Amino acid sequence: MAQVFFTQHLRRLVPYEPVEVSGDTIASVLDGIFDEIPALKSYVVDDQGALRKHVCIFVDEERIDFTGSLTHPVGAESEVYIMQALSGGMRCRTGFL
Amino acid sequence: MQDRLLIGTRKGLFIMRTDGGGWAVDRTAFLGQPVSATLYDTRSGYLYAALDLGHFGAKLHRSDDQGETWTELNPPAYAPSDEDGAPSVKLLWVLEAGGPGQDGRLWAGTIPGGLFRSDDHGESWALNEPLWNEPDRQKWVGGGFDEPGIHSIIVDARNPERLIAGVSCGGVWLSEDDGDSWVLRADGLRSDYTPPGIAEEGAMQDPHRLIQCKGAPENYWIQHHNGIFKSTDDLKSWQEIHEMGPSTFGFALAVHPNNPQTAWFVPAIKDEYRYPVDGRFVVTRTTDGGQSADVLINGLPDADAYDLVYRHALDIDETGNRLAMGSTSGGLWVSENAGDSWTLLAERLPPVNTVAFAEFI
Repeated sequence: MAQVFFTQHLRRLVPYEPVEVSGDTIASVLDGIFDEIPALKSYVVDDQGALRKHVCIFVDEERIDFTGSLTHPVGAESEVYIMQALSGGMRCRTGFL
Repeated sequence: MQDRLLIGTRKGLFIMRTDGGGWAVDRTAFLGQPVSATLYDTRSGYLYAALDLGHFGAKLHRSDDQGETWTELNPPAYAPSDEDGAPSVKLLWVLEAGGPGQDGRLWAGTIPGGLFRSDDHGESWALNEPLWNEPDRQKWVGGGFDEPGIHSIIVDARNPERLIAGVSCGGVWLSEDDGDSWVLRADGLRSDYTPPGIAEEGAMQDPHRLIQCKGAPENYWIQHHNGIFKSTDDLKSWQEIHEMGPSTFGFALAVHPNNPQTAWFVPAIKDEYRYPVDGRFVVTRTTDGGQSADVLINGLPDADAYDLVYRHALDIDETGNRLAMGSTSGGLWVSENAGDSWTLLAERLPPVNTVAFAEFI
């Protein structure tokens, strides 16, 4: 089973790590995690199930582009890291105007 | 007595309390996380806080012990769809309580432009489909954010099934049947940011903030992108106020709870710049329905000030005498005399998104 690790920012939602999940794509691995930890889902994907723009996933140290990541293959021994992208931290606040 | 201030900032929620003599921070929550909206529901005693986690989306929390502990709730969300460009909530911009007799009813205004309703104290939410499916919604455009958003929700003081929504940029919408149908109420508003031929297109207006006078509920005020407007005929029409101190541009608005002639604004140089005229931070007030303006400076920085007050960051209490406001530069002021003078409560808060008075029950 794949082993899934998380950014520190999500650790309060994840009682332990790595989370061991079976699945052969990012999508199926995420579904397995969300079944186990439902509260995590809205942090990682948006209302439409798409990976959030500023969440990034690494599979065996390869960064997966968010636009195509959900179909990316995951091996039985893979290590998957769900991380906070460094982009997005300075999200423009003018929206409050 | 509303002796609490709920201050939502770029770096957390600060709850201040007064003992009658001064104000001090009594409690904090969500430190390091942006708070986009707060609501204290006087019917239930629940306190709500919406977070804008840039990486991880819009979140909603509820406290049943005045902010000491919090429970995360499922935030409003759009139904999954296979259509291209299907929406996803980007921001919880405003939370409002339903009316008397509507136990558990909450309303949430979001970007991109969805109005959501809860009837179980925020445990679950449903999109208001009639407004979302209103054909004129296609004319709505983003104002600040890329997508339009609902920032003002009024549950009419006379009838909680009469709802009004202010949209940037999408005008003013009225429902008289608890949200089952909606009509545009933007006659008299105008925009300078569209070609002259469509300057009065109602569904493209940009009210920055919309407030009803609770004690005289046929009266409303708008701080609009293009100035200040009022309605004295229950939204049938809007009249522009052309002069109000140094500028009619701004975001924040407060309306006296009982006197519809009295309202407050925090002016700035208009849209290209958005800072106080001449670096002099002032509040403006009218007490005669906009015929004249008082420029209130006592206690406010009169030079080298570049504070802006966001649309939810000025509030007035139930007496109409006490106001509070927080700025983008982290300043927080309170006035105990309707704005005649101001006291600086904090000068180094994080940038302030929201300010609201509350009385915990």
